[in-house]
Amino acid sequence: MASLNITNVEKSFGHTHILKGINMDIQDGEFIILVGPSGCGKSTLMNCIAGLEEVTGGQICIENHDITGVLPKDRDIAMVFQSYALYPNMNVHKNISFALEIRKLPKADIEREVERVAKLLQIEHLLDRKPGQLSGGQRQRVAMGRALARHPKIYLFDEPLSNLDAKLRVEMRTEIKKLHQRLGTTIVYVTHDQIEAMTLADRIAVMKDGHIQQFGTPQEVYDNPANRFVAGFMGSPSMNFIDTELVSHEGQVCVKLLVLDQLHYLPTPSEEQGLKERVGQKVVLGIRPEQITHVIPHYASNPSTFIVNAKIDVIEPTGPDTLVLVKMNEQEVNCRVEPHEAGKPGETMSLMINMSKTVFFDPITGERL
Amino acid sequence: MSESKTADLTSVAMTPRRNSRMGDTLAYWMPKLVLSPTLIIVLVFFYGFILWTGYLSFTNSRMLPSYDLVGWANYVRLFNNERWFVSLRNLAVYSVLFIVICLAIGLSLAILLDQKIRAEGALRTIYLYPMALSFIVTGTVWKWMLNPQVGIEQFVRGLGWETFRFDWLVDPNFSIYTIVVAAVWQSSGFVMALFLAGLRGVDDSIIKAAQIDGASRFMIYTRIIIPSLRPVFFSAFVMLAHIAIKSFDLALALTGGGPGVSSDLPAIFMYQMSFTRNQMGLGAASAMIMLLTVVAILVPYLYSELRTKKHEH
Repeated sequence: MASLNITNVEKSFGHTHILKGINMDIQDGEFIILVGPSGCGKSTLMNCIAGLEEVTGGQICIENHDITGVLPKDRDIAMVFQSYALYPNMNVHKNISFALEIRKLPKADIEREVERVAKLLQIEHLLDRKPGQLSGGQRQRVAMGRALARHPKIYLFDEPLSNLDAKLRVEMRTEIKKLHQRLGTTIVYVTHDQIEAMTLADRIAVMKDGHIQQFGTPQEVYDNPANRFVAGFMGSPSMNFIDTELVSHEGQVCVKLLVLDQLHYLPTPSEEQGLKERVGQKVVLGIRPEQITHVIPHYASNPSTFIVNAKIDVIEPTGPDTLVLVKMNEQEVNCRVEPHEAGKPGETMSLMINMSKTVFFDPITGERL
Repeated sequence: MSESKTADLTSVAMTPRRNSRMGDTLAYWMPKLVLSPTLIIVLVFFYGFILWTGYLSFTNSRMLPSYDLVGWANYVRLFNNERWFVSLRNLAVYSVLFIVICLAIGLSLAILLDQKIRAEGALRTIYLYPMALSFIVTGTVWKWMLNPQVGIEQFVRGLGWETFRFDWLVDPNFSIYTIVVAAVWQSSGFVMALFLAGLRGVDDSIIKAAQIDGASRFMIYTRIIIPSLRPVFFSAFVMLAHIAIKSFDLALALTGGGPGVSSDLPAIFMYQMSFTRNQMGLGAASAMIMLLTVVAILVPYLYSELRTKKHEH
């Protein structure tokens, strides 16, 4: 358990710059998730923390000790790999005890440690098996056991659940969360799955093109995205982006929305003061699908909700909700409605838009306004 | 509407279908037709001749095959023959050294080549080239190189080291080792290729995991990578073992079994008995013993290979 400070870390391979100045301050016991599309540098950053790649610039500190040039084995970290990376020629017991043997721990201590870890992860009955004889989920547990055995200061998880099937992935996700709550260790976890990021993290770092786009709690990242990329990356189905224009209408700053040949003026949330200066300019309205629903009478009187009539293009039932695809400002918009309220394709239905949580982006730079 | 469309389609398809039925028949018979000459050749010239040799080994054949059975007499004579034992002992020395040295050199070269070095492709080709030569060529070249009058010994003496001696080729106590040298030169590149393929198959993240666990480079190789190459060791061993047992052309070109019979091998023994010394029955018996030796190595190998394949699926 330890804090981890990453200051201005850069990494390039030849002329390719992978990391362009990463800054992160991670507190003791925090569960941090690095998330981003493939090629964004998240795995490289992880390898730099582990010491498997040398950084080209910047500093990495664990517990305020500079470990930038220290060998991986002396950093006191443990890593769980996507491919599990179990030693194929050793049985589970050996896999877990290998690092302890290298560190020349007394035999009795090693035995005790293996037993403890095996019990913690419920793999006691597998200790004599070779990795080849284990299922994916069991291998995953062994890989975690190997990491846990050394009581390292920091755990690194490199897409550990990507190779599991969907059901097992959800189970293991919960288990990792439980494990973190029980052990209270500092964890840095790489994934490209934004649901994993939302469910597990204390704080999420959204990365793109070697930069951290936003670093905050899951709810912050979800509700207050720093830019259009973060807004689109987090959340499934993804946020709707509607090209529109800011106008002054009845004393309020509104956006123009054309739905089914009828022009609506929807007032922007009062917190978005900066929008006043942009009246008359084009902006991108960001609104999540769950903020466009069927008409719920209880909410309909709320000042921030507006009702529009739209023609349904496509419906996609997901079980708990049905996604309804309609056109606003000639652009496709996803709405999330109760299954029994959803109409059929071609029909017209009333939709309730909640403007209170909408966000606005610059149409060119994609930055939040 | 849709029905008439289907009918239309079938009538259109009628003409090409007859052709395709002929094509189907052809496609069905073609592989069998193409393979049958090979099958006949294999049946007659491999298995047929094995059976014939087996039969001859129980007859009193001398210069030409005869079919008078004499029971186990040839085998009794074989195992009372001094020269046969010399050749067996030579085979043991030769094959153990050849296999061990080839595995050692092959593995070392593969590990060194696997260090992400420059010009790896060129080096790999260079190491593999000896494999492209026939054993006769290798034997002849090494015969010249090892010949004290024209080869390495003469060369080093020409450099001024007048007392240098390297005359294994003409020394009855060392002649067998010259065959080891030439055979290792020829085959270790191939073993290297096998090991290199095995090393490339090792998951990169396993090595990373071991680094984080604190293993040194040496330990990563000795404790993790080399043990995981066990199947490669096994395949390489089986291939080298049967090359060693079959060794004939190399020894014949290099030493001819000499000086005297000091570098005799079972294959040379078999050839000379059968074709130059009019002892065909005895030669056939020695051939059968060699066959059984190869079988004794190959059967467990094939068994384990087939079993693991089944296990995986």
